[in-house]
Formats: sequence, structure tokens, C-alpha cells
Amino acid sequence: MSSKEQGLRLVLEVWRQKGQEDAGRFETYVLESVSPDNSFLEMLDQLNEKLVKEGQEPVAFDHDCREGICGACGCVVNGQAHGHEKGTTLCQLHMRSFPNGAKLVLEPFRASAFPVLRDLVVDRSAFDRIIQAGGFVSVSTGSAPDANLVPVAKDNAEKAMDAAACIGCGACVASCKNSSAMLFTSAKVSHLALLPQGQVERERRVSAMVAQMDAEGFGACTNTQECEAACPKEISIENIARMNREFFKAKLKGR
Amino acid sequence: MAESKKTGGATTAAPSGIAPSQAPKGTLDGRCPQGPIADRWTKHKFELKLVNPANKRKYEVLVVGTGLAGAAAAASLAELGYNVTVLTMHDSPRRAHSIAAQGGINASKNYKNDGDSVHRLFYDTVKGGDYRARESNVHRLAEVSGNIIDQCVAQGVPFAREYGGYLDNRSFGGAQVSRTFYARGQTGQQLLLGAYSALSRNVGAGTIKMLTRRDVLDIVVVDGKARGVIARNLVNGKLERFGAHAVLLCTGGYGNVFFLSTNAKACNVTAAWRAHRRGAFFANPCFTQIHPTCIPVHGDIQSKLTLMSESLRNDGRVWVPKKAGEARPGADVPEDERDYFLERRYPSFGNLVPRDVASRAAKQVCDEGRGVGSTRLAVYLDFRDAIQRLGKNAIAERYGNLFQMYEKITGDDPYRVPMRIYPAVHYTMGGLWVDYNLMSNLPGLFVLGEANFSDHGANRLGASALMQGLADGYFVIPYTLGGFLAAEPLGSKVSTDHAAFAQAEAETKERLQKMLSARGKRTVDSFHRELGMLMWDHCGMARNDAGLRRAAGRIAELREEFWKNVSVPGSGTELNQSLEKAGRVADFLEFAQTMVHDALYRTESCGGHFREESQTPEGEAQRDDQNFSHVAAWEFTGIGEKPALHREELSFEYCKPSQRSYK
Repeated sequence: MSSKEQGLRLVLEVWRQKGQEDAGRFETYVLESVSPDNSFLEMLDQLNEKLVKEGQEPVAFDHDCREGICGACGCVVNGQAHGHEKGTTLCQLHMRSFPNGAKLVLEPFRASAFPVLRDLVVDRSAFDRIIQAGGFVSVSTGSAPDANLVPVAKDNAEKAMDAAACIGCGACVASCKNSSAMLFTSAKVSHLALLPQGQVERERRVSAMVAQMDAEGFGACTNTQECEAACPKEISIENIARMNREFFKAKLKGR
Repeated sequence: MAESKKTGGATTAAPSGIAPSQAPKGTLDGRCPQGPIADRWTKHKFELKLVNPANKRKYEVLVVGTGLAGAAAAASLAELGYNVTVLTMHDSPRRAHSIAAQGGINASKNYKNDGDSVHRLFYDTVKGGDYRARESNVHRLAEVSGNIIDQCVAQGVPFAREYGGYLDNRSFGGAQVSRTFYARGQTGQQLLLGAYSALSRNVGAGTIKMLTRRDVLDIVVVDGKARGVIARNLVNGKLERFGAHAVLLCTGGYGNVFFLSTNAKACNVTAAWRAHRRGAFFANPCFTQIHPTCIPVHGDIQSKLTLMSESLRNDGRVWVPKKAGEARPGADVPEDERDYFLERRYPSFGNLVPRDVASRAAKQVCDEGRGVGSTRLAVYLDFRDAIQRLGKNAIAERYGNLFQMYEKITGDDPYRVPMRIYPAVHYTMGGLWVDYNLMSNLPGLFVLGEANFSDHGANRLGASALMQGLADGYFVIPYTLGGFLAAEPLGSKVSTDHAAFAQAEAETKERLQKMLSARGKRTVDSFHRELGMLMWDHCGMARNDAGLRRAAGRIAELREEFWKNVSVPGSGTELNQSLEKAGRVADFLEFAQTMVHDALYRTESCGGHFREESQTPEGEAQRDDQNFSHVAAWEFTGIGEKPALHREELSFEYCKPSQRSYK
């Protein structure tokens, strides 16, 4: 009960970097009385309140919904993207899963395609450009037929939903030794390839998205499966296999 | 269509009502079309002027915000050919808070053959809003609801399906038909990703200019018309000017005025409030929705509240101990010492009373000292009986993911011990006043989605927020914006070198500098927390004259202290999250006073607004149609000054107002 009442004592080694041009370095902070009921981001709030009161600049980190769905938050904690708990975003990770006295090393999601903007904040706009290259169905507002005109097999709808659950946080890239965006890209390719609505642009889509992924400087996939292990939404690497098949089929057809 | 027969404008006058304490400065006309309600939108669409297709690209439109309303509007307008620029404060348009909606989206498809119709959805929404919404708007919303589902399915939104491959529906509160389409517990995410994909397609095609990490800090008004915005580039701190023929605010609600809410951390009132300060009227700001089933507050570092789906009340029983100050854990309290207060007070609806009723009842038992948990601000939601009756597996199938989320956050296993829940701020029905065309009283300024006040009256039904955001974006604004622009000469766009832009930029710069140079002793969050607590205590689930007056006084003091004693480290020329927060809290501190003023003015109880002075002998909300069947839209007159009132009278030709009863 003592740690519950007095809270945890933590030693934090946090990556501090003022801007894109700054070299960056680790700074160590000791934080006392962290409630085990707090989320990881609330622990960072506590750190920042302390820093501001001491006249120091707080640690910048992206976050928003704090319920695991917006995909804004995330950093690497002791070498693991979003920390050690499986299928959990950083905002849903709670301090009760850390022992009193724990030392935590916090780093941004690193990849050459994710430049660090400040501290733990990175620029993930490369993901948006991959979607802009083809992650859509070209249907303008108003031209859709009745929703029940085209039935979708329940199994396919469920698999499409599994893939569509991706929150675009970038943990897959951060955890991959090649900084590959294959899991992210393949989740969108799969989602749309599994549905009848996605058929017309199927080949063009996968070609364009893969080309953009490469152009952004993401690496290739060497099947280490770290991405799946780190994914807070537990997106399966089956999607990568599916994207590879889609890609080869598109190339065979010359698209 | 017997039910569409006119029932007249009769109202139930509350003899004990208190006449409005403030005389209106003016009246507002919603400019709704006339004639039979089912024909109004069709007729209006025909009467709206069109913009020549070749000219559309010469019209520049600014869209602020990329939630359901903003993303849908931007994509649809770009497809029509307009020259669209989109600004979002997020790092990606996909982060907007629409993404967090769980339950579903309503549409009157009647796929279930259970008697749904456009008119029934219209009726349920007007009634659910406690007769404080415009009939014409709500009917239009119901009319386009089916088109939304069609559009989303065509985009590849993976809605839940039945084994035959057709779309599944589920039931939701406030309706007796099954009309809610859903994608697991992530409907908002999937709908937003659909709208985001449409937006992205246009960005890729070069038909939308998309700018991320831009915080809109002021609206530029020239000769009474909205002509652009001032935005801060959140990466380098530069202030940027954007000019356009029309500005669309799709910036969400103001629930974070309470600090703790189910809203995302960055949700704010700034763009709407800045528009208000430039002349746009703010309508019904006191109409806020408190959701009954959220995970309770656990400590003073807590940063937000997490919603647990309303569906849990289908099988969970809500109770508190009969005895105040009960010390035993919930599971050890014997049956005859438990008070199932919803079942006791509302025998026919029981645990499934609407959100506002359930929330107030929970507050009452906690006020009596019978709340549970360490803070005593929680009630039990107990699945013991359902697990005994149906088995653990059946409950796991229905609510497994929710139970898991609950355990993750609280560390308690709800299969073994009762859940603890408490109401939390969830949605804001009030917003900037708009006419039937979604245009504010400032020509050229359009407001869509939660940011406007229009369709939910004093209480929103579950699964209707997504419907409204997408209706406004996909199917309303593409028509009504054209009607406005067709009458706007192409040359009417104002250069960003205009003095009004320079002035707005200078004022913004000065405000930011003032915050940075205060160098005080209190953090931004500590001001925000104190403001939130004040609002929750005095302008939350129950409100009364004395409490609201106290709050108004304290808000003014807090605001004054903020400008003297806030501590914002860093500079304005870099990524500075403290500065971003400070600006938002500064605006909340101004806005809160208008919200409290509105709550003071509206001496009736209706929907989410419960004035203790206006209740039935049984303690239920007592509406006062004789005095308050109107929209109260406020005009800014100065910080901390009493705002001027503009009234829009509401008339109910098709849905006869009646006292809601769930006994």
C-alpha cells in the first residue's frame, strides 16, 4: 500500500531537443509521488508542471484524445514504442505497471522520415502523403448508390475493419530496425482491397502508395515482426503479406 | 403519414415560470423556408443561386478544422471546384476529436423494417432536444441521414454487417427503432477516416491546400463580412494571414471549459470565441451534455475523463448503499442495503433513462453522501445479476472490450467487483448562432458541426453528433455556400495586406506577448483546473441563481489573476505547447462568463440545463415554454461585460412540446 499512498519515485531520462537543427541530448529528472492510477501522459503532465514551476521549459510531446484512438501520442519507453504493455498506446499505459524507483528512458519515435520537431514531437506527415497517394476510394460526394446495394461478406468486412483500426501513430516505424512503413501502408491497402468498393482502383492504389512510401525514405521490410509486436491496435503482419501480393499482381498487370 | 399532421404550436406553460430578466436588443430570423416541412429543403435547394462551374475555382474558401464537418465540407467543396484551403491545429487531419466517437451514427434507412422514417427521426430528435431546436433544420438533418450512410459505405467505411452481407443496426437511447449504424466501438474513427480519405484524395490531386499545425487565433472581418483568419504556425511560431471569400469554422465544442471532460485535450473554443468577439453571436452556451457513464475522477493530476459506452446500462444495474458513508466494498454490501435508485425512481425506464436524467440522479445520491469509492463521487454499475443470469461469457461477448478498458484504467476487474461510474461533460449543444444556411450573423462566416448550435436543442441524442457533422459537411454546405458566393462578386476578396488583417495580426501578437511576459507563478493548467472546478460546481449538472452569480464573480477574478500571474516559459517563435494552452485557457476564461450569463438568464430547466429553481414536485426538469421557447444568442459587448441578447423565437408546428416523463 505504501507506494499507492506515497506514490512512485521515478528517474526519467528524457530526450530534449529544441528544434530540428539542434543536436539533442538526454536530461535526467527525478519525479516523486507519482500516483499509480495515473496514465503515462499524466505522469508527463506532472513532470511538466514541476518544470514550469521551476522556471524550466516543459517536455514537448504530442497527445490529444488520451483514450487510445487519435494516434497523436507515443514515444519510445525503455526501447519499446508506447512502452512495454501489449496493445496499448502511451496514453492508456498506467503507472501501476511500473515498479517504485523505476528508471525510464524516453525517446521520440525515430526514423529519417519522421524528423524530430522538438523533444518527443516528430513530424509524421509522411503518413498523410502516403494516404494522399492512393489510400482512398475515388467517390465524390453525392454519387454513391444505396448503401445496401452491394453486400459485403461479413468475414471480409471484419478483416477490413481489423486493418482499418490503424491509428496512424507511427509505432510500427519507430520499432522497425529499417524504419519501414509497411505495416501502416499495408493496413490501408488491405482495408480497401478486401472491400468491393475498393476494387476499381485496387492496382493503381497499391502501386502509388508503395511508390510514395519509398519516396518518403521509409525502409524495406525484412520480416522481423517488431511492428506487429509494438502496434497498439495489434494490426497483423498478414496485411504486409497481402500488400506484397497486391503489389506483385499490380506489377504483373503493368500498373 | 398521419404523424406528419400539424399539431399546432400549443405549449405547456409553467405557471411558476420566471420571466426573462433581460430584454432583447434584437430578434433573429433563422431564414427557414416556409411550406410543408417535408418540402422545405428541396424547395430551398432549388431556390439557392448557383455559381457558374467555370467560376468556382476563382472562389477561395477557408475551412478551419478537419473533424467530420470540416473534412467532409472541404472534400465536397473541392469536388465542386472551389479553391479550398484547410487549416488544422493537429499534426494530421486524422487526429480531430470526431475520431473518438464510439457508439454509432443514426440514419432513417428503415432497413430493419421496424417503422423508422424521416419523420420519426425528425420527431425523436426534436423531442430528445427538449423542444429547443429548429424544426426545419432537424427535418433536413433527418432527410439527408440516409445519404450519409450511402456515401460512407462507398468510401469503404467498414460498418458492421450481418451474415447476408447487409448492414447491421443497433438500438440507442431516445428511440424505439433500430437505426444506429456502427463500426465496432470505433464508429467515429471509421467515419472520420472516410472523410479524411476524401480530403486526402483532393490534397493529392492538388484541389485542396492542406496546412497542418496551424492554430487559428483570430477571424478577420472587413465591413461586417468574414474575410479570413490569422493563424499561428505551431512549429515556428509565425503568424500567418489567410484571406478568402468565405470562412467555415468546423472547430468543435467547448466542453473543455470544464477542464475535465471526455473531450480531447486540445479541444478549445478559441476560433469560435474569437469570431464571437468579432461580432458573431453565441447561441445557448449553457446547453452542455453530461454523460452519465464515465470512469470517475481518481486524483488531482487526472487530465481527462474516459467515457464508457451507454450500452452498458442495458445489463448493468446502477446503485449506491442506502447508508451514507458506507465503508464496506461494494460486493460486500448486502442486497437489502442497496438502493437501485434509477429503478426505484423510474420503474418503467429503470437504468435506461436518458443521459440528463441518469446524470442528475447520480449527482443527487452523491450529494446525499451515498457516493462510493475514495472520492465518494461515484455510483456502482453492477453486472453481478447479469452475469448470474446470462453467464460470464455472454457478458464478455457484449462488453468484453469495455470491461478490459475499464480494468486497464482503474485496475479493478468488473466481472468480480461492481464498476464505479460518474457523469462527465461530453458534448456541447450550444455554439455560434447560424441561420438555415449554416451562416452566422456575420456574412461569409459559416459554422458547421458541434461548433454551431443548430440541431440538438437542449440535449443531443446518442449517435446524432456524427450524423450532424457529416450532414453539414457533405450535404448542406455544398448547396448553401454556393447560394452565398453566387451573390459575392469575385473581386470582393480582400487582400491580406488590408488594414484589418494587419490589425488582427498585431492584436494577436500583442496577446501572445502579454502571456509570455507575465512570468508569473501559476501554471496554465492550474488556472484551467480551477476554472473547470468552478464551472462543474456551479454551471454543471445543476445550476442555481446564487451559485451562478458566485461563479461569475470568481471567473472575473481568476481571469484578472491569469494575466498577471500566469507562467508561460519559452518564446513565441518556436514550438511552444505552454503558449498554445495559455491562449486556449485565456479564451475559456472569457467564454465561461458568457456561458454562466446564459445559464443565469435561462431560468427554466430543459434538457441538459437544470435550474434548481425550475423543477416539478418530483424533482424533474420543468421547462418553461411560455417564457423560454427561444434561442438566446449573445452579442459580445466587452470582456466581462453583460452581453446583449438577440432572440430567435422557436415555433413547433409538427412536434407538439410536452413534458418528458420516464416514470
